[in-house]
Amino acid sequence: MSPIVLEEPTAVEPVEETRAPYLDSETTNSTGATLAGFRAAEDLLIPGIEDVVQSSTGHHAPHGTDAVNNQTMVLNMGPQHPSTHGVLRLVIELDGETIVSLAPDIGYLHTGIEKTCEAKFYAQVTPMTDRIDYLCPMTNNTAYALAVEKLLQLEIPERAQWLRVLFNELTRLQSHLVWLGTHAMDIGALTVFLYCFREREDLLRIFEAVSGQRMMTSYIRIGGISVEPPLDIYKTIRKFLASFPSKIDEYEGLLNGNPIWQGRLKGVGLLSAEDAIALGVTGPPLRASGVDFDVRRDMPYSSYEKFQFNVPVSNGCDVWARYIVRMQEMRESVKICLQALDGLPEGRIVADAPKIILPDREQMKTQMESLIHHFKIVTEGFQVPAGEVTSSVEAPHGMMNYYVVSDGTAKPYRVHMRNPGFATLQALETMCKGRQIADVVAVIGSIDIVLGEIDR
Amino acid sequence: MAETNTGNPAEAINDSVATPDACFGKEAVTLALADHAAIKGLADLIVDAKWDRKELTLTVAPETIVAAAAAAKAAGYNFFEDMTAVDWYPSEPRFQLSYSLLSHKLKQRIRLVARIGEGQTISSITSVWPSANFYEREVFDLFGVTFTGHPRLTRIMMPDNWNGHPLRKDYPVEGYR
Repeated sequence: MSPIVLEEPTAVEPVEETRAPYLDSETTNSTGATLAGFRAAEDLLIPGIEDVVQSSTGHHAPHGTDAVNNQTMVLNMGPQHPSTHGVLRLVIELDGETIVSLAPDIGYLHTGIEKTCEAKFYAQVTPMTDRIDYLCPMTNNTAYALAVEKLLQLEIPERAQWLRVLFNELTRLQSHLVWLGTHAMDIGALTVFLYCFREREDLLRIFEAVSGQRMMTSYIRIGGISVEPPLDIYKTIRKFLASFPSKIDEYEGLLNGNPIWQGRLKGVGLLSAEDAIALGVTGPPLRASGVDFDVRRDMPYSSYEKFQFNVPVSNGCDVWARYIVRMQEMRESVKICLQALDGLPEGRIVADAPKIILPDREQMKTQMESLIHHFKIVTEGFQVPAGEVTSSVEAPHGMMNYYVVSDGTAKPYRVHMRNPGFATLQALETMCKGRQIADVVAVIGSIDIVLGEIDR
Repeated sequence: MAETNTGNPAEAINDSVATPDACFGKEAVTLALADHAAIKGLADLIVDAKWDRKELTLTVAPETIVAAAAAAKAAGYNFFEDMTAVDWYPSEPRFQLSYSLLSHKLKQRIRLVARIGEGQTISSITSVWPSANFYEREVFDLFGVTFTGHPRLTRIMMPDNWNGHPLRKDYPVEGYR
């Protein structure tokens, strides 16, 4: 069970090459209680905006003395800065070009989705989950559906589970393509962006064919999936998957040997495994810090335990390692998709629960019983037994949890989303402190933030 | 490259631990899940427990939340995932604070719960997990729960001059007009 560190390209000088992966290292004992090298918690706390401004005024030289030395500047970056990937605002204290402290300001995209969920029926929440992390709608849908299914204790047919896996992985490819394109564009490689969006277009067409929507799919519903995919779609997906690995090679051909790309990524944004865990970092940035944990493999959901795939881990701890890990993840996703297509079982696509799942149109129009169920579900929703559950999935950006509390009525009492970006943002200062201002852009690109999921 | 996914470690652990489907109350859960790492580690601090839908919920007294967090960390739950609140208005105590903790080694998740009333405060656990910082600020912002010892407890989602705490049940969905 020992993960093997990814091979770095020959031209690369890996950072801390000899370090053992975190979970197997001797610094962790079996209880995890004493972690060598754990920094004091206070050092890791990301400051607030007031702290940054306060710190800067403290660094100002008294009036009339040396104006250039002993003086820092506060720079406001965003919320309309293109490289903040949305509406992230950063308040940065600078000493020359070096970052002294940094505070993120979020909430510009806060729409109160959690409050709105409390006023909707369970089934009506699904379309809202699309809009949280708008780069991986299928993953959001899956996480929410898993939570409600756990409350209802529904058995999901195998075919639906495998289709969920297939579309979750295609979503991962889509999300990683947006990450790679925008990350590369931030660094100055515009061509990669155009290439990535070319392939993303194919994926969006596939999503449109199965769900009728390019981005806000709402395809994965409570109890299964919404409709049977069109028959010819499997051929289209296979064609895409057959050509996609060569496209990954193409991106790597543009980037890996590029001295500017290497110079901007290597050794930048260092985050140790201990700090990553203390700051709540999950997903590819956590695995790039040498922690071998992937929800798909370690706490499988939706039949992931039946798929053979590798979990890429790197000990680089820098922006380059995150790049390498995500590129490898795309290759693994292709493998998972092919397995899902090859072994796709026959059968129903929704659970056998007529009082929860809408009947198909044919039945509704021909059978009295189905018509009654349809009417009741649409007008009154369905009651969910009281309780509280957490579902957890491996989203493209990291671990995504849905915490759903039911009081026994047809509307959720509380829906809370744990999104990876919200926690990962807390590690931003640790990664940027003492580095140059230009590195902030590279680091933001490497943690792949989506402000929709952070602000909700 | 890296290891291949074989078998299902999470299920194996759950099956060995989970004898009953559901049990409620401290005595029943402690008896049924005597081998569970969290039950062992937090034995003195638990005031109520619940094993439901293969999820373990441990209720602790709000005064002991920092001790409970540290004990859970020592018991192997090394990763702080999430913290949020549920407003049970008009019942008292009103707020249920749910802390979700994960163990990377055990591949298990537990939920710590503390219940506090209106106007009551609770200690911040940022000294145990710095990652609780944003989550506590969010609960302060949206529920109006105050965390003592938090380094900078300010609003995070809503504007600083916002009136009220939107996720409270007595706050209208459309907001105050």
